[in-house]
Amino acid sequence: MTPEGSLLAAEGLYKSYGVTPALDGAEFSIHPGEVVAVMGPSGSGKSTLLHCLAGIISPDSGTVRYGPHTLTGMSDAQRSALRRTEFGFVFQFGQLVPELTCLENVALPLRLNGTKRKQAEQQAREWMERLEVESVHGQRPGEISGGQGQRIAVARALATRPRVIFADEPTGALDSLNGERVLTLLTNAARDTNAAVVLVTHEARVAAYSDREIVVRDGKVKDMLAGLI
Amino acid sequence: MSIGHTLLGLLESGPRHGYDLKRAFDEHFGQDRPLHYGQVYSTMSRLLKNGLVEVDGVEAGAGPERKRYAITDAGITDVAQWLARPEKPEPYLQSTLYTKIVLALLTDRDAAELLDTQRAEHLRLMRGLTERKRTGDLADQLICDHALFHLEADLRWLELTAARLDKLAEAVRT
Amino acid sequence: MRARHLALGVRFAAGGGREGWIRTILTAVGVALGVMLLLAAASIPHVLDARQQRGDARTAVEGAKPVARSSATLLYARTETSFRGDAITGALLRPDGPDAPAPPGVRELPHSGEMVVSPALKELLASPEGKLLRERLPFTTVGTIGQPGLTGPGELTYYAGSDTLSTAHGAHRLARFGVGTQPPPLNPMLLVTIIVACVVLLMPVAIFIATAVRFGGERRDRRLAALRLVGADVPMVRWMAAGEALFGAVVGLLLGTVVFLALRQFIGSVTLWDVSAFPGDLTPLPALAALVALAVPLCAVAVTLFALRGVTIEPLGVVRNNAGRRRRLWWRLPVPVTGIALLLLNGRVDRGNGVVNPYLIAGGAVLVLFGITLLLPWVVEAVVARLGGGPVPWQLATRRLQLGSGSAARAVSGITVAVAGAIALQLFFSTIQSDFMKVTGQDPSRAQLSLTLPSGDVATTRKMMAQVRTTEGVRGVIATVEASASRPGPVRKGEAFAPSTQVTVGDCPTLGELAHTGACKDGDVFIVKDNSGLVDDGYLFKTARPGAQVLFNRDPQTEEPDGAPRLWTLPKSARTVDSRKAPSGETAFGIFATPGALDTAVLDHPTAHAMVKTDPAVPDAAEYVRNTAARIDPQMRVITLQNLERDKQYNSVRTGLLVASTATLALIAASMLVTTLEQLRERRRLLSVLVAFGTRRATLGWSVLWQTAVPVVLGLALALVGGAGLGLALLSMAGKTTFDWSVVWPMVATGAGLVLLVTLFSLPPLWRMMRPDGLRTE
Repeated sequence: MTPEGSLLAAEGLYKSYGVTPALDGAEFSIHPGEVVAVMGPSGSGKSTLLHCLAGIISPDSGTVRYGPHTLTGMSDAQRSALRRTEFGFVFQFGQLVPELTCLENVALPLRLNGTKRKQAEQQAREWMERLEVESVHGQRPGEISGGQGQRIAVARALATRPRVIFADEPTGALDSLNGERVLTLLTNAARDTNAAVVLVTHEARVAAYSDREIVVRDGKVKDMLAGLI
Repeated sequence: MSIGHTLLGLLESGPRHGYDLKRAFDEHFGQDRPLHYGQVYSTMSRLLKNGLVEVDGVEAGAGPERKRYAITDAGITDVAQWLARPEKPEPYLQSTLYTKIVLALLTDRDAAELLDTQRAEHLRLMRGLTERKRTGDLADQLICDHALFHLEADLRWLELTAARLDKLAEAVRT
Repeated sequence: MRARHLALGVRFAAGGGREGWIRTILTAVGVALGVMLLLAAASIPHVLDARQQRGDARTAVEGAKPVARSSATLLYARTETSFRGDAITGALLRPDGPDAPAPPGVRELPHSGEMVVSPALKELLASPEGKLLRERLPFTTVGTIGQPGLTGPGELTYYAGSDTLSTAHGAHRLARFGVGTQPPPLNPMLLVTIIVACVVLLMPVAIFIATAVRFGGERRDRRLAALRLVGADVPMVRWMAAGEALFGAVVGLLLGTVVFLALRQFIGSVTLWDVSAFPGDLTPLPALAALVALAVPLCAVAVTLFALRGVTIEPLGVVRNNAGRRRRLWWRLPVPVTGIALLLLNGRVDRGNGVVNPYLIAGGAVLVLFGITLLLPWVVEAVVARLGGGPVPWQLATRRLQLGSGSAARAVSGITVAVAGAIALQLFFSTIQSDFMKVTGQDPSRAQLSLTLPSGDVATTRKMMAQVRTTEGVRGVIATVEASASRPGPVRKGEAFAPSTQVTVGDCPTLGELAHTGACKDGDVFIVKDNSGLVDDGYLFKTARPGAQVLFNRDPQTEEPDGAPRLWTLPKSARTVDSRKAPSGETAFGIFATPGALDTAVLDHPTAHAMVKTDPAVPDAAEYVRNTAARIDPQMRVITLQNLERDKQYNSVRTGLLVASTATLALIAASMLVTTLEQLRERRRLLSVLVAFGTRRATLGWSVLWQTAVPVVLGLALALVGGAGLGLALLSMAGKTTFDWSVVWPMVATGAGLVLLVTLFSLPPLWRMMRPDGLRTE
C-alpha cells in the first residue's frame, strides 16, 4: 500500500535473522505531519521494521522509498547521510554520549551535518529550552534524571529539523507523568514542523498520541485504518 | 450482551432443539448466569418473527413439544454483522467480547480480526481522550486519564486474548 | 577470612565458565610473557659468570718467572684474526713432553699441522663462505672443543699444534691453564649500561604485568556486582577479585616458566655483542627466580586491590570514581628529581676507573622511570582539561579523555617508560660509543690494515713486504722496519740512562706518510720531531745529531753494547722535520732513514710493520691480506684500521636494544589494544545509536585514533623529557657533554607507529560493533 502523497513508504519487506523471519512481507507508509504508532508484541518485528524504514539495516527483499529516493538501493554512506540530514532518532535508553555535556549532545547531529560549533550550540540551546531542559545544558548525561535525559534525546532528534522522526519505545524507561510530557513535547514539536513520526511502542497510552496505528504480528503488518471503516 | 445474537451464532453450526440451545449456551457462557427456558423460547419466537431462524421440524413425543430451529441466510448475515461491529469501549466489556470471540471460533470466523477491530476502536477512543487532555485543563486531564487507564487495561486484555487465541479455539471446540 | 575469599575468587576464575576462562587466559598469557623476560633477565648474572669461569679456566697466564721446561709443560702462543668482522681467537701449542696439559674442552693435544676447533668454527670452515678462511688455517681438523673450553656456543676458536714454536718467537711456556687470580672488575661504564638496560627493559614488563592482571576487569566488576546483590560486602568482593587475578597470575607464572625453559634451548643460535650462551648458562639466580615467583602473584593481588580502590561495586552496578579529586603535582615531581639526584650522587665514572654503586644507579634509574609513570596521569589530566573545540571526532575524544584520563594514562604509562628508558639508554650508549671510536684516531682512508711481525729478521721482513704487495686487492703498502738507537758511550752525569730514540727505515713514500719530509730521495735521513706533545724531544736531539754516531745494540740492562758495537753515523745533511699522524693513529718520531742511507741488517732486534691500503672494489681484500699474513707467520698481528669489530659490536648492541625495546613496545601495544577493545565493547550500544543517526564511520574511527593518540603523544613527550633527563644524568656521570640526538627519534617514531597500529587493529571490531545489532534491546 503506497498511498498518494506519502513521505516514506515500504513494500514487501522481508528480513530474517537466521531461520526465523523478523519481517515477512511488511508494508508501511506515512505522510508528512503524520504520527503513526507501530505496535505489536515483543519480538514481533517492530524494531526491525523501524530499522529498515530508517535505512539502518537493509531488508533481504522489498523496497523502502523516501520521497524520490529508494533507500533499499542506496549505499551505506548515502543512507548515513540521509539519516543525518532527514531523519531524527529517539531510543529507549543509552543513546546520549556520556562524556559530552547535554548541550553538546543536542548539538552533535548538527555538527555531524557540518554546522559550526557556535551556531550548532545556539540552535541546540533553543531546542533544549523548548523541551524545558535548558537548565541542565552544562551537565553530563550521568548527572541528570531519566526524564531529563529523554528530553535531551528528543531535543537532539529535533535539532536538525528532520522530516521523519523515528522513536523506538521513547518512554519505555520513564514513569507515566514524565512519559506523557515527553510524548506531548515530541508530538507537538513534530506537528509544528510538519515532521512525520514513526512511534514504536507496545503501550496503548503511548500509541494514543498517534494519528493512526499499525500492528506488527509475526513479521506482518496490519494497518488498523482498514479495520475502522 | 445480546442473547439473540448469541443463540443465532450457536445455531449457525447446525439446527438444534431449544433444550440443546440452552445447554450449549450454558456450557460456553453461562458459568455464572444459566439461561432460563423462558428466555430461550421468547428469544426464538422474536428471531422467528424477524425471519432470522426457521423451524426445521417438530418432534412429537412425551413432554413439551420439541421444535428444531435452523438459522436462515438472513440470520447468518446478522451474526456476521454483529461480530464485525466493534463494541462501544466501556468498562466491563469483556463478557460480551468473550461471547463474541467464542462464537466466532465456533462458527469458524476470524476471531483475530474481531479482536483487531475492537482494539482499533479502543485506540480511537483513547486518541480522542488524549487529544482532549492536550487541550483541556487539569480536571479534564485527570478524568481523561482515568478513562485512558481503564481502556488500556481492556486493550491489554484484548492483546493477551489475541495471543492465546489458538489455545482458546482448542478449548471451545472440544 | 581473607584467605577464604581469595580462594573463592580463585574458584570463580577456574570454574567461571567461558568468560571467566577467557579473562584468565588473557591475564595468564600477559603475565607469562612478562615472567619469561624476567627469568631471562634473572639469568644474565649466571650467563656472565659461567662465561667468565670458562674463560678463566682456559686462560694461559704468563707468570712473572719463566716456567722451567719439563715433560708436563707446553709452549703457547695466542693468535688472533678476524673473518669478515667476526673475531676468531686461537692458540698455537707445542708440548714439551707427553704430560703436557690440555686446555679445557680438549681431550688430546693436536699434533703439528692439526687443530681442534669450536663447533661454530667447524661449521664456518665447512661452509662455502669459509673457503678463504680454510686457506688461513692450513691445519687438519682432528676434533672439536667441548663446552668447558668455550665461553659460548657461537664462539670461533681453535687450538693448533706446532713444531716450530719457540720462546724466542713470541711463545711462552705453561705448566697449566687457568688463572688463580681475581678477574679484573667489569668496565664501570659497561656495568652502568647493563644495570640501566635491565631497569629500562624490566620496568615496562612490570607495568605490563600490572596491566595484564587487569584485563577484563570491567566485566568482572559487573559480575562482582551480582555477588554484592546476594550479600557479599565490599572487602569480600575485592578479595575475590584479587583471588581471580591471583589465579591468572599463577597460571601465567607457570606458563611463563615452561615457555622460558622451552625457548632456552634455542638461545645458542643468538649472538649479541660477540656473546653467545649455552642453554645451561641461562639459569636464573635462585634468589632472583624466587623473587619473581613471589613478586608476580603478590603484585597481582596488590594491583587488583589498588585498582578497586577507585571503583565502588554496588549491588546494582559499578560506579567508577572518575570525577574525583584533582591530581596533585607536589608529591609526584620529587620522585624523578630524587632519581636524578641519586644518579648524580654516584659521582663521575670514566672509562676504566671510577666506582659504580649499582644500588645508587639502579635505584636512581627506577625512581626516574617510576616518576615518569607518576607524572603521566597528572600531565594527561592537566593537558586534556585544556583541550576542547575542534571537529566532532576531536571533541568526542577529548571529552572522553576528560571524563576518564586515569585509565588512558594507565594504558600508555608502559609505552612511556619503555620509550623513556630506551631513549636514555640509546643516548648514553651512542655517546660513549662515539667516544670509543674517537680514541682510536685511526684513518682508514689512508690504510685499512696494519700488520706487525712478532720478530723481524731481515729476510722475513722482506718476504712480508713482497708477499703483501702482491696479494690480491692490495693497492699500496706502507712498510717500515723499526728498531732503537742510542748515543754511544757511557751514561753521563745527571742522566738516568743513555739518551735513545727510535729508528724507522722505509722508502720515501712510506716516510712521507709518517712525517712531513718534503722532498725526499733515496739516501736521505730525517730527524723527526714529535709534535703531539706526548714525548720529550730532549732525548731525540741528544741522540740524533747530524754528523754524530748512534749505537744500535745497547743492552738496556748493562748499558753496554751487546756484542761488537753496531754504529752508524748520521749524515750531516739530515734535516729536522715534523711528524705526521700515521693511518694507525700513532705518531712516529726519531730517526727516519731511507734504505739507501741505512742498511737494515745493522739494526738490532728490528720489527717489521706494514700498513696496507686495499682496493674497496675487492670486498674480501682484507681476508686475502690476513691469509698472506698467516702464511708468512701465524702469529703475525693484523689489525683492521677500520675497526670493523667494534662497529659490529656496537651494531649488535644497538640492534639488541632496538629489538628489546620494540618487543616491549609491542607487548604494550597488545595491552593497549585489549583495553581499547574492552572500552569499545562497553560502548557498543552507544556506537550503534551514533551510527543510527548517521554518524560517519570515519568520524568514529578518527575519534578512536585521537583518543589513543592524545595520551600517547603526551606520554611520548614526557618520555622524551624524562628519557633525555635520565640519559643526560648518566652522561654527565660519564663526564660527557656532547650527545647524539638522532638516536632518540627512532624510538619516538616507533611509539607513534604503535598508536597507528593499535587504531588500525581496533577498526575492524569497531566496524563490527557499529552494526545495528547493538540497538536491539538488551
